[in-house]
Amino acid sequence: MKLHIKNGRLIDPKNNIDALRDVFVVDGVVAAIAPAGAAPAGFVADRTIDAAGLVVAPGLVDLSARLREPGYEYKATLESEMQAAMQGGVTSLVCPPDTDPVLDEPGLVEMLKHRARGLNQAHVHPLGALTMGLKGRALTEMAELTEAGCIGFAQAEEPVEDTNVLLRALQYAKTFDYTVWLRPQDAHIGRGGIAHAGPLASRLGLAGVPVMSETIALHTIFELVRATGARVHLCRVSSAAGIELVRAAKKEGLPITCDVGAHHIHMTDADIGFFDSNARVTPPFRSQRDREAIRAGLYDGVIDAICSDHTPVDDDEKLLPFGEASPGATGLELLLSLALKWADDHAAGQHRAEGGAAGAGAGAGPLSRALAKVTCDAARVAGLAAGQLSPGAAADIVLFDPAARWIVEAQALASQGKHTPFVGYEMTGQVMMTIVAGHVAYQRPPGPARS
Amino acid sequence: MLNPQLNKNGELQHLLTIEGLPKAIVNHILDTASSFVGISDREVKKVPLMRGKSVFNLFFENSTRTRTTFEIASKRLSADVINLNISASSASKGESLLDTIDNLAAMHADMFVVRHAQSGAPYLIAKHLIDTRQSHVHVVNAGDGRHAHPTQGLLDMYTIRHYKKDFTNLTVAIVGDILHSRVARSDIHALTTLGVPEVRAIGPHTLLPSGLEQMGVRVFTNIDEGLKGVDVIIMLRLQSERMSGALLPSAQEYFKSYGLTPERLALAKPDAIVMHPGPMNRGVEIDSAVADGAQAVILPQVTFGIAVRMAVMSILAGTHG
Repeated sequence: MKLHIKNGRLIDPKNNIDALRDVFVVDGVVAAIAPAGAAPAGFVADRTIDAAGLVVAPGLVDLSARLREPGYEYKATLESEMQAAMQGGVTSLVCPPDTDPVLDEPGLVEMLKHRARGLNQAHVHPLGALTMGLKGRALTEMAELTEAGCIGFAQAEEPVEDTNVLLRALQYAKTFDYTVWLRPQDAHIGRGGIAHAGPLASRLGLAGVPVMSETIALHTIFELVRATGARVHLCRVSSAAGIELVRAAKKEGLPITCDVGAHHIHMTDADIGFFDSNARVTPPFRSQRDREAIRAGLYDGVIDAICSDHTPVDDDEKLLPFGEASPGATGLELLLSLALKWADDHAAGQHRAEGGAAGAGAGAGPLSRALAKVTCDAARVAGLAAGQLSPGAAADIVLFDPAARWIVEAQALASQGKHTPFVGYEMTGQVMMTIVAGHVAYQRPPGPARS
Repeated sequence: MLNPQLNKNGELQHLLTIEGLPKAIVNHILDTASSFVGISDREVKKVPLMRGKSVFNLFFENSTRTRTTFEIASKRLSADVINLNISASSASKGESLLDTIDNLAAMHADMFVVRHAQSGAPYLIAKHLIDTRQSHVHVVNAGDGRHAHPTQGLLDMYTIRHYKKDFTNLTVAIVGDILHSRVARSDIHALTTLGVPEVRAIGPHTLLPSGLEQMGVRVFTNIDEGLKGVDVIIMLRLQSERMSGALLPSAQEYFKSYGLTPERLALAKPDAIVMHPGPMNRGVEIDSAVADGAQAVILPQVTFGIAVRMAVMSILAGTHG
């Protein structure tokens, strides 16, 4: 099977390309990137795709997407969430281990990988549980789990209460050079909290999660990394103070990387409004100052990647008082637009700061900068070869219209999780086609323009 | 949903919180309550303002006292009252909160009086009624989690107005467990809405939420300093579970540090009044000598509470969504 994608604007941040280029795909692999009319000798396309007016980019790599299988099929199934991934242009998914049962046995991982392969859509890369049942007591068989397909080990939303267990887990992981993925949260401070501890939570009478829940955990993790040399990826850092600690730790040379949730780039605790359970997420949306720090940290590189933190929740678990509602929001179909919005907002801010002067600064354009955070940078964090369109790389490709505007409507989402605080918001950037390993896995059906 | 408790004409559709409530509406409730105070002294303690209306007291969290005052207020307005105690455990076993609401609405309820352990639960109900086009049904928040207890806040304002006439020259101190108190939050919003120049919160750091200053409150941890020269003292009930959550060492030490004794009361203005939302813990937050003393207005608060709840319910019943 040979594909020729022509006339598109190729943006491949990994190779620093942002130009009109044609992409030639042979047997699921990128064969060549060339200017229009410069097809490789003897290349005869089985299918030619006209990408005029569209951006052609590596398929997105999402560092946190809950597919809810096994165990929570009433919230979502692999079928529904893989379809959501395709409509969001996401071709590689990293899945946390908090399924039911927890991904702490090789058989479960093999089953999940097998189910995912059968669907022939996004590549699924599970994280194994760091401890049995995520209970923070006994280590899992990390070598076996890696053989079964795990790309790292995580505790999902369960902090390890016993620091000695965490120390040993990092020592053991370091032995085999595995990466440990941790969301920094203290096991006690902020437990039971449902909103950012601050004036808004005080006013609404919601139990708070203080920033120090994150910073205390970061201090502990960094000390353990210093002692063990283990590589740690920090998931969904949420506060300005936390980002400052990450900055200092990176400067010190600790082997750490860090992501943020796409929602947290745009939302603050004020978006809870009158107890809107769609804005109930973990970690909680924090203050405006924290949000600005996240945006700045993405720009200066302290934060490596943006993840969707996709968490489908069913209606019955959201139509509850704020504190009883399940945390989480759907995100796969919003990831691209939320990343683009960050870069656009940033560029607009730069533009204003420079007194409206045209040509805001040197370096990559906003589109390329946004895409890096959800393609090559995310792939680097996860240790995947994805997120690039170098010759020889897997042909995981997204085609999107960077100018198309659309309104987020719950019922129009492919994900079984219909809950997002962005319902009714206008988004920019519409996925038109998603290609996985050289086959067209999704094509946006022709319909009325939503712009 | 900019302000879900007002309808499009700016009238009171639901009573969910005092925060953001226009001063005119607060005053209208207090004025209406005045006209009801006398009814309780009559031979026939009833007015026909809500005859034929059905009021459902939905208590997802037990409270005999508050439920009783709403029940009496409803009956004095000639409404039919149905009491439902739905404890959290039975609710989690069975139908969801909104299913319960739909069922009761199908029985042609006119008003829900809701007490719930979760902050914001009455908002969910109010929003659901709007979403399902049942905006003729009104919701009264009878206490939600730590968030609000607006009728308590209003009856406290009624009491203060009764004894002090003018709000604009008062210093009011709220003493105790501000962190967990919906009464404190409603009182703070009501006092600032009515123009009280100085609202003080007094308690140990473990019982003071962050961000009180942003609500217009002056914070004291030393009760002797905090009570100096105040016109009104609002004592809060201390729940016994605060001792197990590492928030306080013991009830004895709390009384020693924050209990309202005659000596401490003497630091306030000579004509200061002492209020308490009840039920009181004598010897924990308040000394019996103060609770039964001449400056305590704790029982009048209860009496005024009936009139204020009658006012709220009759005003809501007269609003058409």
